Amino acid sequence: MIDYTELSTREAYGKIITEMGAVDTRIVVLDADLSRSVMTKYFAQAHPGRFFQCGLAEQNMISIAAGLASCGKIPLASTFAVFASCRCFDQVRMCVAQPKANVKIVSTHGGITVGEDGSSHQAIEDLALYCSLPNFNVIAPSDSIETVEAIKAAIATDGPFYVRLGRSKTPVIYANGCKFKLGQADMLLDGRDASIIATGIMVSKSIEAANLLKLDGVHCRVLNMSTLKPVDRLSIIAAAADTGAIVTAEEHLLHGGLGSIVAQVLSANIPVPLVSIGIDDTYCQSGKPDELLEMNGLTAPAIAAAVRDVVTKKNKRYT
Amino acid sequence: MTDYNITDLENTARKLRRHVINMISTAGSGHPGGSLSAADIVTALYFKIMRHDPGQPQWPERDRFVLSKGHAAPILYAALAECGYFPVDLLTTLRKTGACLQGHTDSRLTPGVDVSAGSLGQGLSVGIGMALAARLDKKDYRTYILLGDGECDEGQVWEAAMFAPNYKLDNITAIVDYNSLQLDGFTKDIMNLEPFMDKWRSFKWEVMEIDGHAMQQIIDAIRQAKTVKGRPTVIVAHTIKGKGVSFMENNVDWHGKAPNKSETEIALKELS
Ligand SMILES: Cc1ncc(C[n+]2csc(CCOP(=O)(O)OP(=O)(O)O)c2C)c(N)n1
Ligand SMILES: [Mg+2]
Repeated sequence: MIDYTELSTREAYGKIITEMGAVDTRIVVLDADLSRSVMTKYFAQAHPGRFFQCGLAEQNMISIAAGLASCGKIPLASTFAVFASCRCFDQVRMCVAQPKANVKIVSTHGGITVGEDGSSHQAIEDLALYCSLPNFNVIAPSDSIETVEAIKAAIATDGPFYVRLGRSKTPVIYANGCKFKLGQADMLLDGRDASIIATGIMVSKSIEAANLLKLDGVHCRVLNMSTLKPVDRLSIIAAAADTGAIVTAEEHLLHGGLGSIVAQVLSANIPVPLVSIGIDDTYCQSGKPDELLEMNGLTAPAIAAAVRDVVTKKNKRYT
Repeated sequence: MTDYNITDLENTARKLRRHVINMISTAGSGHPGGSLSAADIVTALYFKIMRHDPGQPQWPERDRFVLSKGHAAPILYAALAECGYFPVDLLTTLRKTGACLQGHTDSRLTPGVDVSAGSLGQGLSVGIGMALAARLDKKDYRTYILLGDGECDEGQVWEAAMFAPNYKLDNITAIVDYNSLQLDGFTKDIMNLEPFMDKWRSFKWEVMEIDGHAMQQIIDAIRQAKTVKGRPTVIVAHTIKGKGVSFMENNVDWHGKAPNKSETEIALKELS
């Protein structure tokens, strides 16, 4: 048995598809000269006949995956999140999204925690791009355990999927198991003062923030919104109704990601004060992942400050 | 600038390689293999061939250099520093927060860097744009583009390869750092490029083949390319990934990994 708690999300991905590939021979894996980084190398070793090395050619890889899907295969295509989104967007749109092809695009190295490689390699637009596509399911798992469940769900569910994973190890949230359900937020903590809705690596930081706030008597609900599309509207609306104030947190541009999605749901249904944590319309740079998170305000203290801010706004409104 | 002879250039290339090792070692990450394989080519361009002025990075008449394989940024930074674009001391700030020397080239931040890169396969097109501008502005600068062999898997490289002869561009020289390795393994195993020379020839390029570590050959080929009229030239430079450091040479593990302290010492000794 593999202990997934010990693994990074990308390692977990490489291992679970290798296991699943042994049982389900419809699973095929495509790579664009990064199998050593996106961890599809394990699948390549175990199932060489169903592994297709495309070379450094992401556009070709996506359209080939679509062709494989149209003939009953379940293709998983992987590369870094920047290339999986920006480099082959038209191929994704035309060959995968529009025909609802059963292609699973699993990216790694999402967000700025790619670190030292710098802005060229930091995917900060990928969630917005994929969420903009009709027919797509978009997931950003919060830890390695949830990654395994998300990959299983993506393979079990017909249709286009984008799953965004990271480079570094992430704190384990689901050590005691994860009941991942596509399109459903998971309430990790409850409280009545405000709700923090987070995705990806920001989920563990949101739990940290909630624990910091608890010391000051501020009680937060924390929702893991790992599925960004289809988004769990009901949980967002319930959070607004129950707590009256929302903070969103994502390792992504503010435009087009979780913050935008939540804002849309709130404004259409139940407008309450909202503060969004994310990258504010700028490219980042090389540096240590933690330093870059700090520079962009993607930390537990920053989330806690946002919660205080949004709670003040809520209280002003009702007095 | 001083007139470098072959020995001077070889010594300079060795110095740049030492910088590369120091920089990547200090940064704790980076791409030594592809930086070392390109060291002699970059040295020839910056210290012998190109018309440029470190005092005026934006000089309109300068020859242009596009490092299409942007992950080899350390070798370009080393050359720029030794030319005087910025202090050599800055080299060890590579990849650090706030540094002007980013993990992949960034034209916003580094004096002498004309093109942001890191997403492979785009530099030949950018270089073509610069060459078209030269034609429009009646300027006689040349544009040099350095590509990786793995990079040539990208379809855009061949879109650009079709474009340049179609516009009879003879003011660009593309150089392919053919080190036979990409990230996942040998190019012949990952995605076979061969017959590579024939591909370029059939796209109507003038094709030259050289040893990319033989300084005289590099200089002769680049000079000869300048004389070719009515079509672009590609120089396929056979190189060794990791050249100059025995344990890095021809070893895929050194594509994107920093040497530790003792490895750094050995590497620097070998390059002394
Ligand atoms: C579009 C794109 N896809 C993938 C990568 C990841 N990547 C970085 S270097 C590299 C291999 C490059 O091989 P090559 O061009 O031969 O470079 P060299 O051997 O000179 O290092 C890959 C796949 C990238 N930078 N850009
Ligand atoms: Mg190569």
